[in-house]
Amino acid sequence: MSRHVVCSADELPPGARRTAFVDGREIALFNVGGQLHALLNRCPHGGARICNGVITGIATSSGPGDYRLERDGEFLRCPWHGWEFELATGQSWCDPRTTRLRNYEVRRESGGNLVKGPYVAERFPVIMENDYIIVEL
Amino acid sequence: MRLPYAGAIDCDLHVPSPTIAQLLPYLDAYWRDQIVNRALDRMPFAMMSYPPHAPISIRDDWRAAPAATALDTLRTQALDAFGVRFAIANVIHGSVALHNDDMAAALCRGVNDWLRVEWLDREPRLRGSILIHPQDIDQAVAEVERLTSDGRFVQILMLAMGERPLGRREYFPIYAAAERHGLVVAVHAGSTYRYAPTIVGWPCYQFEDYVAQAQAFENQTVSLIAEGVFQRFPGLKFVFMESGVSWLPVTMWRTDKTWRGARPETPWVDRWPSDIIREHIRLTTQPFDAPDATAVAQTIERIGSDDGLLFATDYPHWQFDGDDVLPEGLSASTLRKLLIDNAMATYPRLAQQALGDAATNEETIR
Repeated sequence: MSRHVVCSADELPPGARRTAFVDGREIALFNVGGQLHALLNRCPHGGARICNGVITGIATSSGPGDYRLERDGEFLRCPWHGWEFELATGQSWCDPRTTRLRNYEVRRESGGNLVKGPYVAERFPVIMENDYIIVEL
Repeated sequence: MRLPYAGAIDCDLHVPSPTIAQLLPYLDAYWRDQIVNRALDRMPFAMMSYPPHAPISIRDDWRAAPAATALDTLRTQALDAFGVRFAIANVIHGSVALHNDDMAAALCRGVNDWLRVEWLDREPRLRGSILIHPQDIDQAVAEVERLTSDGRFVQILMLAMGERPLGRREYFPIYAAAERHGLVVAVHAGSTYRYAPTIVGWPCYQFEDYVAQAQAFENQTVSLIAEGVFQRFPGLKFVFMESGVSWLPVTMWRTDKTWRGARPETPWVDRWPSDIIREHIRLTTQPFDAPDATAVAQTIERIGSDDGLLFATDYPHWQFDGDDVLPEGLSASTLRKLLIDNAMATYPRLAQQALGDAATNEETIR
């Protein structure tokens, strides 16, 4: 497993999304209210770039006619066919057993730690006083 | 192929639909007066889905060789000929197409009492279906409740094409009654012709009408799934009679596929529609609309289970010739399930009676 600096923290503020190429893979990055998510930018169903999907909650029900939208901001709907994925795990809501969106560890770290640690910061000249977004592949 | 052994359960057999003259003794004084003095007793009340003289409605050799009585004919041509343990009798009667809800309910009561007295009381292998007029939910539920103490009634009978899709919540009281009393909800091919029997408009020919029945069953399947009938009534089973079978795997796949993208629209659908269909919907095997043994086996494989098929003769409809009442291509284990075990798992009242519990059919029904 290797760690990669993909951008500085102020390039992915809360509510923002962006993509980054890491080792030839396009990763979709989301900041939902401070919660970071990194997923392979490719729907396992038809290959859509899921960074363009809607982030929302999950519709649940106790029976016919009962509608609730819960866990707002924790789910992504693919822009092509509406398949729903849990952002934190990449799991498909309809078919958690066999369909999964590849997801990655992602966190925010300070530039100081990055320079001191054993990790090589790629493509970004790390400035010690800034924070950075790190993805683990 | 022929039946390999006796003791099968025939889940769709038709006793001849009663004439109005035969029903009169089972109507109360008011409705007897109305029927006779409005000359309605001259009306056939035959369903146009099954014109009495059409070839599909009665097999030629059966039509040509009636025995002394209708009951003897049924015994000779069906019950004895196929060696069945039970046969579930369905009366497809035109009363369900009436716009007058009260007259329809009165005639349904008459048909059900006629079935009880003229058939079930005289032939212990027969079981009955409670005919209802589902456009009047209150009276339909009352009719179910009136007859539940007679354990020989094992299901509630409706047509594939009525006024509204069968998943709609207005029907839920009927389904609640069915679940409460261990009754199956049976849906038989046929239409009340409130609407054109094809989705694209009125057809000209009877054969078009017959082919289109399968599409009605597809529509009903999707309606039952989308409306969450089986989330609300997890103990309920639907049996589709004379629906054909080959449409089911395609419908399952298409419904699964579409549900994935549209899931939030019906959030109570909490698992694959195909799983719900396999658990709750059963199909009778006449007609099994696949051309040969390979196609039959492939159809069952694509459905993903052989739990959902119930043996039926569809007597006296002309679905097969000679004694070849079963489709080709069934394994011995599938055959056993289809002939006996699946029906026992589907019909709580049959299973109970098979265990030796006495049916409470002597209780007074008013």
